[in-house]
Amino acid sequence: MKRIYLDHAATTAVDREVMQAMVPYFTERFGNASSLHTFGQDANRALASAREGVADALGADVEEIVFTSGGTESDNLALRGSLPGHKGHIITSSIEHPAILKTCRHLERLGCDVTYLPVDADGLVDPGDVESAITSETRLISVMHANNEIGTIQPVSEIGAIASDHGIPFHTDAVQSFGKTEIDVRKMNIDMLSLSSHKIYGPKGVGALYIRKGLKIEPLVYGGGHEMGIRAGTENVSGIVGFAKAVSLACERFESDTAHLVKLRDMLIDGVFGSIDDVFLNGHPTKRLPNNANMRFMFVEGEAMLMHLDIKGIAVSTGSACSSASLDPSHVLLALGISPEDVHGSIRFTHGRENTEEEIKYVLDMLPAIIEKLRAISPLTGK
Amino acid sequence: MEYSEKVMDHFLNPRNVGEIPDPDGSGEFGNPVCGDMTHVYIKVEDGRITDIKFKTFGCGAAIATGSMITELAVGKTLDEALAITRDDVADALDGLPPVKLHCSNLAADALYAAIRDYQAKNKDS
Ligand SMILES: Cc1ncc(COP(=O)(O)O)c(C=O)c1O
Repeated sequence: MKRIYLDHAATTAVDREVMQAMVPYFTERFGNASSLHTFGQDANRALASAREGVADALGADVEEIVFTSGGTESDNLALRGSLPGHKGHIITSSIEHPAILKTCRHLERLGCDVTYLPVDADGLVDPGDVESAITSETRLISVMHANNEIGTIQPVSEIGAIASDHGIPFHTDAVQSFGKTEIDVRKMNIDMLSLSSHKIYGPKGVGALYIRKGLKIEPLVYGGGHEMGIRAGTENVSGIVGFAKAVSLACERFESDTAHLVKLRDMLIDGVFGSIDDVFLNGHPTKRLPNNANMRFMFVEGEAMLMHLDIKGIAVSTGSACSSASLDPSHVLLALGISPEDVHGSIRFTHGRENTEEEIKYVLDMLPAIIEKLRAISPLTGK
Repeated sequence: MEYSEKVMDHFLNPRNVGEIPDPDGSGEFGNPVCGDMTHVYIKVEDGRITDIKFKTFGCGAAIATGSMITELAVGKTLDEALAITRDDVADALDGLPPVKLHCSNLAADALYAAIRDYQAKNKDS
């Protein structure tokens, strides 16, 4: 059977070129980057060149890139590292990834204050709200670049400019946006930025935090002084090499990738709207990631749709993969003001580089019958 | 979600879907806000359920339990039908994943509601 993967916001397959770049660092080039002998220096050079590649991609300097175990750790480091005394105020949004929201809850329990800004019906934070929330105690503003569920892209440059005017550091989680929308940390007034490798065709368990020079961040992990003393532990050289290769491929293919993704996204959304009634787009109509189509289908429940699609070989997600085990309605969709039953009827399609127009056509061929079948069973239909 | 073959069969080919136009009893259980809701319609003759139909808004497990309750209840006396438990429904489906045992196993309760509706309408008989 055909298998079509439309869940790239959850994770992506490692690109073959990325894999090839990593392989030697498991075997003949296995050295510890801290060792002074040739084996170590070989690994150290690979690390330095990876750091330079990631820095270049963001418009940052090499000393500003700290490699981590992924997006979750980068988010934790940015937040917890900024408020080591557990005193002070953080401004964030109500639709952040749990890596930010749960960290904020933790900091609240330790004594910090947190403002969770609302979003409008399209999922946008109002920069004016950010400015009004600032107090003399505010130590950090953290607003994600693009949302993982609905793909809405926030006005980070404007928020960054406000933060900079008030002398407050600004962090953004760019785990979903990197490679799909332009990022330049200087132009956008970003002081810290989180990246994750496995969302961009790199290996899992590796990522980075960009930290602007001069910003003081307290480590989460103490030890041998790796990563400029901010993140101890022998570096995951093979993973970092793979991540850097994925970053460089994302930059190389940026134009063609985004054009391809936009085409497939619009084909999917237009096709669904043309063939199925009572469907709505979740998230912003234009300020959205090129690979995100999140839609709600009235009167039917998401998991039932997901299972029917899965049987046809199509992999999607309901809301967010991390929350689907809990079965709770997505906090992001609720924050948009969508009713809980409509939240339950939402499906996220996130396509990727390797998906084709034929695959989207196949989805469009399968979907109407599935929705019709479930609506025929549903007591809500027509009520 | 790991579902048994029985669950998948009832999810993909639900039995007795729909409404009975002039039911002797009808009931619903669940809440669309929680993501699951089942309606059950029954016809009763001489104290036995002679026809039963269901409709479900919900996940795979909720649809499968709705389908299964119609098979378990048809032909039963009202007392026998009232004795069908949530566990009976889950067992008849060769089990449900633990997270689904509570939130999506609504069909037995929807059946009780339909029987009580019938009984309330037929107090004197
Ligand atoms: C917006 C966002 N932030 C953070 C993360 C966590 O990244 P990682 O899986 O690398 O820990 C994810 C991935 O689910 C994400 O989508």
